[in-house]
Amino acid sequence: MKGSSTRDVDLGTVLLAVENVSLAFGGVQALTNVSFDIREGEIRAIIGPNGAGKTSMLNVVNGFYQPNSGRIIFKGEPRTAMRPYAAAQGGIARTFQNLALFRGMTVLDNVMAGRALKMRRGFFWQLIRHGPALKEEVEHRRGVEEIIDFLEIAAIRKIQVGKLPYGLQKRVELGRALAMEPDLLLLDEPMAGMNLEEKEDMSRFILDVNREYGTTIALIEHDMGVVMDLSDRVVVLDYGQKIADATPDEVKCDKNVIRAYLGEPHGTSA
Amino acid sequence: MLSPDLTLDTVPKLLLRNARALAGRPAIRHKDLGIWQTWTWRETLDQVRAFSIGLAELGLKRGDRFAVIGGNRPRLYWAICAGQALGAVPVPVYADAVAEEMAYVLAHAEVTLAVVQDQEQVDKIAAVANRLSHLARVVYDEPRGLKDYDHGRLIAFEEVQRTGREKLASDGECLRRWEDGIAAGKDSDLSIILYTSGTTGRSKGVMLTHQNTIISARNANAFDHLEQDEEVIAYLPLAWVGDYMLSYVQSYAAGYCVNCPETPETVVQDRREIGTTYALAPPRVYENLLTLIMVRMADAGALKRKLFDFFLSVANRWGEKILDGERVPLTARLLYGLGNFLIYGPLKNQFGLSRIRVGYTAGEAIGPEIFRFYRALGLNLKQLYGQTEASVYVTAQPDDEVDAETVGKPSPGVEVQISEKGEVLYRSPGVFVGYYKDPDRTAEVLTTDGWVHSGDAGFFDPKTGQLKIIDRVKDVGRLKDGTLFAPKYIENKLKFYPNIREAVAIGAGRDFVCAMVNIDLTAVGSWAERNNVVYGSYQELAGHPLVYDMIAQHIDEVNRSLAEEEVMAGAQIRRFLVLHKELDPDDGELTRTQKIRRGHIVDRYSPLVEALYNGSTQAQITTEITFDDGHKGTIAARITIRDINSYPAPAPKLERAA
Repeated sequence: MKGSSTRDVDLGTVLLAVENVSLAFGGVQALTNVSFDIREGEIRAIIGPNGAGKTSMLNVVNGFYQPNSGRIIFKGEPRTAMRPYAAAQGGIARTFQNLALFRGMTVLDNVMAGRALKMRRGFFWQLIRHGPALKEEVEHRRGVEEIIDFLEIAAIRKIQVGKLPYGLQKRVELGRALAMEPDLLLLDEPMAGMNLEEKEDMSRFILDVNREYGTTIALIEHDMGVVMDLSDRVVVLDYGQKIADATPDEVKCDKNVIRAYLGEPHGTSA
Repeated sequence: MLSPDLTLDTVPKLLLRNARALAGRPAIRHKDLGIWQTWTWRETLDQVRAFSIGLAELGLKRGDRFAVIGGNRPRLYWAICAGQALGAVPVPVYADAVAEEMAYVLAHAEVTLAVVQDQEQVDKIAAVANRLSHLARVVYDEPRGLKDYDHGRLIAFEEVQRTGREKLASDGECLRRWEDGIAAGKDSDLSIILYTSGTTGRSKGVMLTHQNTIISARNANAFDHLEQDEEVIAYLPLAWVGDYMLSYVQSYAAGYCVNCPETPETVVQDRREIGTTYALAPPRVYENLLTLIMVRMADAGALKRKLFDFFLSVANRWGEKILDGERVPLTARLLYGLGNFLIYGPLKNQFGLSRIRVGYTAGEAIGPEIFRFYRALGLNLKQLYGQTEASVYVTAQPDDEVDAETVGKPSPGVEVQISEKGEVLYRSPGVFVGYYKDPDRTAEVLTTDGWVHSGDAGFFDPKTGQLKIIDRVKDVGRLKDGTLFAPKYIENKLKFYPNIREAVAIGAGRDFVCAMVNIDLTAVGSWAERNNVVYGSYQELAGHPLVYDMIAQHIDEVNRSLAEEEVMAGAQIRRFLVLHKELDPDDGELTRTQKIRRGHIVDRYSPLVEALYNGSTQAQITTEITFDDGHKGTIAARITIRDINSYPAPAPKLERAA
């Protein structure tokens, strides 16, 4: 009854292209002349050993860092300098390696915060919470509830985020990013610190987001099993340089990748 | 109030009546996207009719069996009624059943169609599809994740309804034919086949007719004066007879509203929002709630805790007497009133019990202490004794005759007698017609003159005139020296402690009694947090010496209380261990209704049982476990065994001279 188990990679048009990007902090060269692209509808993994520049790469993509050279082309429009706010408005959402939630607020409010960009009514209307502002809030609440339902966090809707276990907080953060209805979702180590069961859950959510909402996803991950299962294409960084860019199966056998991870070309596992 | 029209002898007929007589009143609610969505009886008819006609278009016809698999969703209840309207027989399956179990039931019942909740259930069916030659179509409620699936046999719930609506619109005769089909239904038609998770062997399909269930439902409604303004919450498995009666047949008969929670985890909040008035639940639900209350209180501030302890002692002393309408001193009444204002009221409100008129515990014996706790708070909790084979109701306690140790008097229309072996036998209009495709086992249980062997040992308590259930007939045993050993009695005493989730007492045919204990992760975890006990896993926590000390203390108290009872004093626990994993239905250790399967557990953990009796202080065990998705793995552990003191039996009481 189930469709074929291998995923048909239907590569869409290029959503985001990174062209010859270099980034340095003082004397430290974080990224050197990196180029790759992210196509519409795919799950793109960025992997590499510790300190390879993965998070720096994401920070460049969502405008948090400005590359020293090179450019980013998002939806066909090149850009050099961009603020995270503008990136978010343009449809790029992200989660963080170390959670960045509002710990004192409820799950519902945290996810609702992800809709802030979409709120059109001004401060005054929001303040009195009547008329058009109320109507707008109701609409957004519906969208948020759909995400809560999707991520199966209804039971914790009214609980303060700070009181939740780590795995659930990660899920809430994903919810907040989804609330933006992004075109491109950047996930920075979505499975870090999770146990096996939580990882399986999160993997399923990531796949479901990709398939149900059609969201393009770029993720950084250390768990090779997860990367191999989830992603359509993998780009591998080492010391700030791209050393491979291929499908998971090809990357697994790539000599450069094995050397980067193990130092010696002994095996294929990470 | 609806008049009990006896010509309405099937559930679909009741639906047609309700849609007329109660048109705009709420029939069912479901919390979806954070909001309670309501369907009136008229809307319910509309939904059921469209789906029913759609099912007919898919080929479902009179006499077919169809499966219903999933949680408590309006659509699944509608599916049951939609099938019944066509004369087809619903077979609900436990949603958490692993694929293997599901395959057995679906194949045995020869279902031709399945209505399932989501991808999880679709996957399970797909995994065993090659064994289900009769199954032609699978209807799903939630489309999520199913987009890429081959839709050859799969079809969405909406799609079936759309087909039904189109048929209704295009074919003028369709409506009349559908209603004629309902009118043609007879009270002797099968209403449902419920597969019971028997404690031994393959599950059996209990066949109940419309007559069985509707007469029982009417009697039950009359017994507790249930009318159309009741609110119940449906959260127990669809495949459990209690849910079928309470959330479906009784609701359709009385016209009251059934509320489906948002998710299984939100039941407590959802119940609070609805304020249910009537409840039927196995003791486990009340135990879990008590654990939750105790854990929260342990975390509360000192003042709150002091207040709670003080007023709880007031409630224990006077609460039940006040509930039973006995005479109590004015000061007690005032104190209780104050307690109600400060503690009991808010507590009941927190857990959505403020409006409860009647609450039943059934399915298994409840610890008397747990039972009294709720009654002391002023909740009208009563005992009920029922079986699937009886359409639930065998005995129940009338409002003013509640007792913690007994299960009540025969329900209206039920005859009960005790066999020479001490087994409870009953006969009633609710008694099932047989096990599906299993005349041999039917003959073992159902006599030709309509009596059912319940398999439970019991007697009528001379003091109250009510039935008292001791244990399963086959479980009541004796130690080697002939001392009476009723395992469940001991286990229930252990399970009163919030730290103990499950207990297994062993002793039949042996020298003394031993116990294997499951800790409750919620309670013990919270205790560990407060006491700086560090642990990495359930297994590590379970084996922690301090946890052992705590459990040993509980068992010591149980022994002390056993010693006070002459008959039970010889069956005190001498040795015990704490199990390294939770007992789980997926591993066959519990039934789907969470009863322990003692025989299976003793086999499974035979190295541990051996160690309990050969004096070792440690034992090594490797167990195979089944994950939720049906995969298997193993878990190994080294388990400590401890000895424990027993107390001398009381000297026989001297008869006091009159």
